[in-house]
Amino acid sequence: MSRLLLVGVLWLAGASAALAIDHEIAFSDAAMNERYLNLIREIRCPKCLNESIADSDAPVAADLRREVRRLMGDGKSDGEIKDFLSARYGDFVLYRPRVTETTWALWAGPFVFLVIGGVVFWRIVRSRRGQPLDDEESAA
Amino acid sequence: MWRYLRYAVPVAIFVAIGLFFYRGLNLDPNYVPSALVGKPMPKFSLPTLTDPDATVTSDALQGKVALVNVWGTWCVECRHEHGFLVQLAQAGVPIYGLNLRDDRASAMSWLATLGNPYVTSGFDPQGVAAVDWGVTGAPETFLIGRDGNVIFKHISPMTPQVWRRDFLPLIEEQCRAGGCEFLAAAGGR
Repeated sequence: MSRLLLVGVLWLAGASAALAIDHEIAFSDAAMNERYLNLIREIRCPKCLNESIADSDAPVAADLRREVRRLMGDGKSDGEIKDFLSARYGDFVLYRPRVTETTWALWAGPFVFLVIGGVVFWRIVRSRRGQPLDDEESAA
Repeated sequence: MWRYLRYAVPVAIFVAIGLFFYRGLNLDPNYVPSALVGKPMPKFSLPTLTDPDATVTSDALQGKVALVNVWGTWCVECRHEHGFLVQLAQAGVPIYGLNLRDDRASAMSWLATLGNPYVTSGFDPQGVAAVDWGVTGAPETFLIGRDGNVIFKHISPMTPQVWRRDFLPLIEEQCRAGGCEFLAAAGGR
């Protein structure tokens, strides 16, 4: 019984991974299909709260998947497809935001904090240099 | 001096983060700014809803101040705003419909029962023109300016409040040169 259940669960898991949400394979070419599945995971559904168009069953997500398939069929690159979508739906649809005047702080932020942390660390280390270690003190 | 600054730094960081979070409480996570505002309206060419053999293109809107309203009979909120759209149309506001993911028969009976506020409606069952217009659903209403640019986009039903608050001031600006006979009847100056 439990073995049967396991087989069933594995079968369902395999089926959902291969077919995503559309119940049919988008491209017969495996590499192309892989590229398609990766690309739609990078596009955010404009009508949903934080779901990619690969995960969403909203009508607009279905439309956008269809546009991605059409553009890929036309031989467009991933970059061109993202340009196409962000020209219509804004940078909101891109899960990896571009560096623009409104997002540079987002991209630079971690490095700025790294530098601040580094400076603080360096100052603490420098101020303690020459001080005896705790166990040295107690041993003396 | 340095002694006090030490304590001021965490407080300053706390206040800064607190301000960000406080601002975040008042933001609408559903709000997505339109990428089209300020840009020329996307071209389209669609069969009309009432006559499959006739086409309506974006050229019909060129050179006038007009609304483009996205609707469908599956859209409950569209029914909610429909009465006000009919009122605007009666005042003379040119409204072009984009009928989205619908079937022709139900859409036509909808207009026959509730009234038809549209100069004409483009029929877009696959949502092809809708993607070019960055439409995420219905209802959505675009304001097109005299120069053919998208001036404003409103997501969710059109109400008298939204009309007065968001649309009228922009329309009055567009109509300074004259030529908007509907303006007075639609509540503008």
